[in-house]
Amino acid sequence: MTTNVSALKSQPSAKEVLGKIVRNQLFIPLVALFLLIAFNLITDPGFFKVSLEPNSAGNLVLSGNLITMIDYASELVILAIGMTLVTSASGGQDISVGATIAIAGSTVLRIVKTQSPDISGAKFAGIIIVSFLLCVVVSALFGAFNGALVAFFKIQPMVATLILFTAGRSIAAWINNNDNISINDKRFGYFGNFIPGIAIPTPVFITVICLIVIAIVLKVTNLRLYSQAVGINASSSRLNGINPKVIKLLTFIILGVCVAVCGFIKVSRTSSITYSVIANNIEMDAILAVALGGNNLGGGKFNLTASVLGAYVIQFLTTTLYKFKEIDSSSISAYKAVVVIILIIISAPIVRRKIDDMKNRREAAKAEAEALKAEAEALKAAAAEAESIEAASAEAGKETI
Amino acid sequence: MSVNTNALGGSRLRRRASLTDTNLLLIITIVVFIVMYMSAVIFLQKGFTKPQMFFNILNENASLLVLSCGMTLVMITGGIDISVGQVTCLVCMACAVHLQKVNDGVATGNVFTSLLIALAIGLAFGIVQGALVAYMEFQPFIVTLAGLFFAKGMTTIVCSDRVPVTYEPFVKLARTEVTIPFLGSVNKKGIYIPAYVEVGVIVALAVVVLLFCLLRWTKLGRNFYAVGGNNQSANMLGINVKLTKFLAHVLCGLCAGLGGYLFFLHACSGSPLHAQGAEMNAIASSIIGGTLLSGGVGNIVGTLFGVLSLSTIKNIVTSLGLEDAWWTNITVGVMLCIFLLVQSVILARKNKNKK
Repeated sequence: MTTNVSALKSQPSAKEVLGKIVRNQLFIPLVALFLLIAFNLITDPGFFKVSLEPNSAGNLVLSGNLITMIDYASELVILAIGMTLVTSASGGQDISVGATIAIAGSTVLRIVKTQSPDISGAKFAGIIIVSFLLCVVVSALFGAFNGALVAFFKIQPMVATLILFTAGRSIAAWINNNDNISINDKRFGYFGNFIPGIAIPTPVFITVICLIVIAIVLKVTNLRLYSQAVGINASSSRLNGINPKVIKLLTFIILGVCVAVCGFIKVSRTSSITYSVIANNIEMDAILAVALGGNNLGGGKFNLTASVLGAYVIQFLTTTLYKFKEIDSSSISAYKAVVVIILIIISAPIVRRKIDDMKNRREAAKAEAEALKAEAEALKAAAAEAESIEAASAEAGKETI
Repeated sequence: MSVNTNALGGSRLRRRASLTDTNLLLIITIVVFIVMYMSAVIFLQKGFTKPQMFFNILNENASLLVLSCGMTLVMITGGIDISVGQVTCLVCMACAVHLQKVNDGVATGNVFTSLLIALAIGLAFGIVQGALVAYMEFQPFIVTLAGLFFAKGMTTIVCSDRVPVTYEPFVKLARTEVTIPFLGSVNKKGIYIPAYVEVGVIVALAVVVLLFCLLRWTKLGRNFYAVGGNNQSANMLGINVKLTKFLAHVLCGLCAGLGGYLFFLHACSGSPLHAQGAEMNAIASSIIGGTLLSGGVGNIVGTLFGVLSLSTIKNIVTSLGLEDAWWTNITVGVMLCIFLLVQSVILARKNKNKK
């Protein structure tokens, strides 16, 4: 009945527009972002101050909380891209990304460490490209391993990736014989920090490139449609001529490539690697980014923009929490967990359904009450009419008498 | 073989065939464990020939055993709980701080109150996570992930350093050795050393027996299987699916609390680094023990052997001289991979038979 009423109205009311906005997938991450911004502005008005200052290497670079946040969110954003695709197609998440980042980083360092620091620029560029390509291949292979377990052996993604989660960091250590490697060449650090003369951190550029590439891929190819179809119903998409196994494998390989980029940035940031600590807990953050973006973790439809926004919100939250000096860095996760649980509860489909239900019921009750009122009025009017008719007839009778 | 029985027809025979499939996983696990241990005894010798080696494996893994049993319960209902490792860590820290306070005379209490604290923490995690999973219909992975985060943070909020426990009665309890008759060994000097297990092992084995009985003979236990096997049919049969899932999580939480206390009993200290990766070991043990991730299939006895296999292979790797930490993890990963593949093949075969 309510739909009829709204259909009759030609102009959407302000309330409906608001409802549409609230129901938008971007709403929750955006609100979270605004809340965080407001909170930070209240507690520290200078939080968003960005200044141009020389860094330790003597370059003029942008510095400030905002820049740090965007810079450090890079890995998370890149991972969120791949994780969203995997979630959509396979209905599960990859929990081995942190370990695979360690493997990718270890691969890069294994190639780069053999070179002396005083080689020419062109040669150095060649080595970097070779090491990067190799790390992409290695990560994609590990992604394919996960993907094969999920697609061909029908193992739940989280459990299939549990194998690499357990073994991944050990494999990373094995690649370099557990050596503590640090690269002395300053040029190696360009990719994780700043290129001299450019004031914006390099990872930001890499993130933008990744986002553009994935946007083009989704625009040009049918990847979005196919992975959503596979995620919603694998067997019906198979009947429609899509091979679900290949699509699942493909999403895992794409995630592998994303992981390679992250690993490369991570090792470049510090020019060294600690196998057990590098990208610690990043898989949790990446999954939370996807969940915060309002994507269904059971697969199906996805919104990449929301995931990317979710990733920034998570990093923002971390930065905000770190700002409190009295909070121990390792106890941050407790606060994070509380915030995340609240956010997920708000954005959960079942809660929204219940709220909608309640609203509908209230509206229905209101409509019913109005109908009753109208009926009562109609009855009253009828009674009055009958009375008047009676009176009239009585008068007429009097007259005739 | 199952094809033959199917050809014969008859629902009873087919039922036996499907039972063979689930039992097959259990048999594989037991055989793998025995072969592994025997080959270790024959080829490695070192400590493996002594019975005490076996009891040491039990001593070290009593807490893992309890955690894995809880995990198996949740996995049978089709869920997963990845917070158990960090809950263990939190329990250790909370109990250690409590007992130290008692020791310093700041607080009143004894060993029993610390056990209550442990169980209360586990129960709280179980209830909250169970309610979120069962009644709010969130994905168990996400809910318990948040639980993991929360426990991890809470541990460092309680205390961020290592807290050794010096409280006398507790240390006495922790050092209590239950000797096992006839299985001791004679050392180089000719002195007989009896074999022993710690108190925790006995508690853990009691939990195993208890949960085995629960799963096999009680209505609740059968409901776990029904809910995990097929949610909707269970619902149509009049089983309260939500309550069953909730209870599975609560029991798993209790197991995490108790497992945490056993870990505490073995380690005698609290530290933010305790029980790192225990949740993964627990999941791996359950999988190796033949619990299917899709739910509906699993066995506590299998989990017991899963824990034993996992810890035996770790011990073998260490005694092979591959002491670098990575070999243990890589072998565990490979083992997990093999068992997952076997499960997948068995499931595929089962589905084919159904068609």
